[in-house]
Amino acid sequence: MAKTLYDKLFDSHVVHEENGTALIYIDRHLVHEVTSPQAFEGLKLANRKVWRVNSILAVPDHNVPTTDRSAGVAGISDPISRLQVQTLDENCAEYGVTEFKMNDLRQGIVHVIGPEQGATLPGMTVVCGDSHTSTHGAFGALAHGIGTSEVEHVLATQCLVQKKSKTLQVLVAGKLGHGVTAKDVALAIIGKIGTAGGNGYAIEFAGSAIRGLSMEGRMTLCNMAIEAGARAGMVAVDDTTINYVEGRPFAPKAEQWDAAVTYWKTLHSDEGAKFDSVVTLKAEDIQPQVTWGTSPEMVVGVDGKVPSLDSAKNEVQRGDWERAYAYMGLTANTPINEINIDKVFIGSCTNSRIEDLRAAAAIAKGKHIASNVKLALVVPGSGLVKAQAEKEGLDKIFIDAGFEWREPGCSMCLAMNADRLEPGERCASTSNRNFEGRQGQGGRTHLVSPEMAAAAAVAGHFVDVRQFV
Amino acid sequence: MKPFVKLNGLVAPLDRANVDTDAIIPKQFLKSIKRAGFGPNAFDEWRYLDHGEPGMDNSNRPLNPDFVLNQARYQRAGVLLTRENFGCGSSREHAPWALEDYGFKVIIASSFADIFFNNCFKNGMLPIVLSAQDVDDIFGEVAAIEGYKLNVDLATQTVTTPSGKSYIFEVDAVRKHNLLNGLDDIGLTMQQQDKIKVFEAKHKLAQPWLFN
Ligand code: SF4
Repeated sequence: MAKTLYDKLFDSHVVHEENGTALIYIDRHLVHEVTSPQAFEGLKLANRKVWRVNSILAVPDHNVPTTDRSAGVAGISDPISRLQVQTLDENCAEYGVTEFKMNDLRQGIVHVIGPEQGATLPGMTVVCGDSHTSTHGAFGALAHGIGTSEVEHVLATQCLVQKKSKTLQVLVAGKLGHGVTAKDVALAIIGKIGTAGGNGYAIEFAGSAIRGLSMEGRMTLCNMAIEAGARAGMVAVDDTTINYVEGRPFAPKAEQWDAAVTYWKTLHSDEGAKFDSVVTLKAEDIQPQVTWGTSPEMVVGVDGKVPSLDSAKNEVQRGDWERAYAYMGLTANTPINEINIDKVFIGSCTNSRIEDLRAAAAIAKGKHIASNVKLALVVPGSGLVKAQAEKEGLDKIFIDAGFEWREPGCSMCLAMNADRLEPGERCASTSNRNFEGRQGQGGRTHLVSPEMAAAAAVAGHFVDVRQFV
Repeated sequence: MKPFVKLNGLVAPLDRANVDTDAIIPKQFLKSIKRAGFGPNAFDEWRYLDHGEPGMDNSNRPLNPDFVLNQARYQRAGVLLTRENFGCGSSREHAPWALEDYGFKVIIASSFADIFFNNCFKNGMLPIVLSAQDVDDIFGEVAAIEGYKLNVDLATQTVTTPSGKSYIFEVDAVRKHNLLNGLDDIGLTMQQQDKIKVFEAKHKLAQPWLFN
């Protein structure tokens, strides 16, 4: 029978199945400092061991400072942040877990370093106590976020109790316009199906526009699958995938490589495979997107306006929109390109890879951030991304344009470290969530692509990046 | 894990869709390396007028009078009634920890985000999906009747209103069994150790690169 990619990945990891609930085997477990301490503690209290320690890769990313790190972990000024990073270091040392510590060149955001190291491979099941684990599905892997109890469960048993999801195919056919990126595709999809549209589904992104994306672009797209409500997003394996993986530190070598590639080439949905649901978008219709509200589904094209209440679909949505106008300090029918910004954040596991930085730098080159922009941050996704960008001179372009060039981490994506918005400040951000308070209490987040963020920094307000390129 | 069997609980209405886990428990509280004590900071930014940080004495903080859960009539509620896609966003299990610590054992909504839904069951809480219409009807009754309580019975999978109207809800059989008996997932999976080992050996033979 013709199978979907999701079916292939799921079925090949079933250890045991009973009453429609399966125990599935986990190949890669990524760990960060925020969602793991209670899991390690639980393991210890129950006197349990880690099942397979070499399946785990750990990294501190949420709490780490993006400024000077020469004083090491001891130099983290917030004592509770410091304790959390120290606790990760201690747990990894105690159990023998591979960890890229804060001052390791390979440190970075967990969803950036997994693929960068080849620790994420096609055909794997990947979990992490973090919802954006969906990112790794870009490799034709089954990857999803789990809670802390499940982190403990995977540590102890290498397995996860799972029910099969329904499958949703999102087809994006055609060719993306100039200046339109994977981020815009992701936001356009969420605008269409809503943030609950993918609840209960695993999404496979397919179609010529998706095939045409680089691995960085596919990661951006799968990263945002969770914002569409889907725990997992994925893209079939093709030459783009295989070329990206080849030669990475954790990737198979020599004969193992050939065997792996042979297998990986089977990781696509079969001709005629049935999905529970299909959504289609035309690539040509997708404009650069800007969110205006407090949920990623509150999004419009850059040419658009803040929508008015007449277009809300029901009473509940009207209420949500009214609250969003108030929180965001916006009124209905305001043109998006008249919204001024205070800060710019280029970073996060959605858009902090080398390609993102290159794209933003291309816009910023030879220009300067507008006088009303108080702070524009560029936070690379990993130490290796940062090093590569510096080799290409991107750091200079950003610094000359008035941006700050920082050390890698989650930073202002969720503002657990010192990088944050003050109440009422408005930010053009390449991150993934515009929730109330996400980037700092009272902060107002507008989600955009790296190109659009750089253009907004230069203009001081949102502006159609296609005027720049 | 604590079992959940039944509850006759006061209902608190939170009339919003897409309530995200950042709102349920803001990130500054995730720095804790403990599982307990998140209740006083549940919905922190909506609930208090000042900015909350870990370590503050929450009993002295100014409450936001406009936040529904602060109303006298909803104190000590055990059932949270809300709208679609509750618990979306981050996978933080601190969200159910905070709600549980606050006193909610049951959450009723027209839909939940997947990870949050799953996390509830790991913490002895019961998330219940009812149709948007049924949820709407209950919102109406809660507003009209002070002291409105629902009777929730997991064994019979029913929610019963004060007037005696019953709604049936779906729950996965395995989850129901584990929740009723307070069974620990890890302990249950450990009973399958032999099967895991057999699978692992086969998997390693087929894809040795996964074990490097
Ligand atoms: S960058 Fe943001 S979304 Fe990504 S893992 Fe860090 S905090 Fe989460």
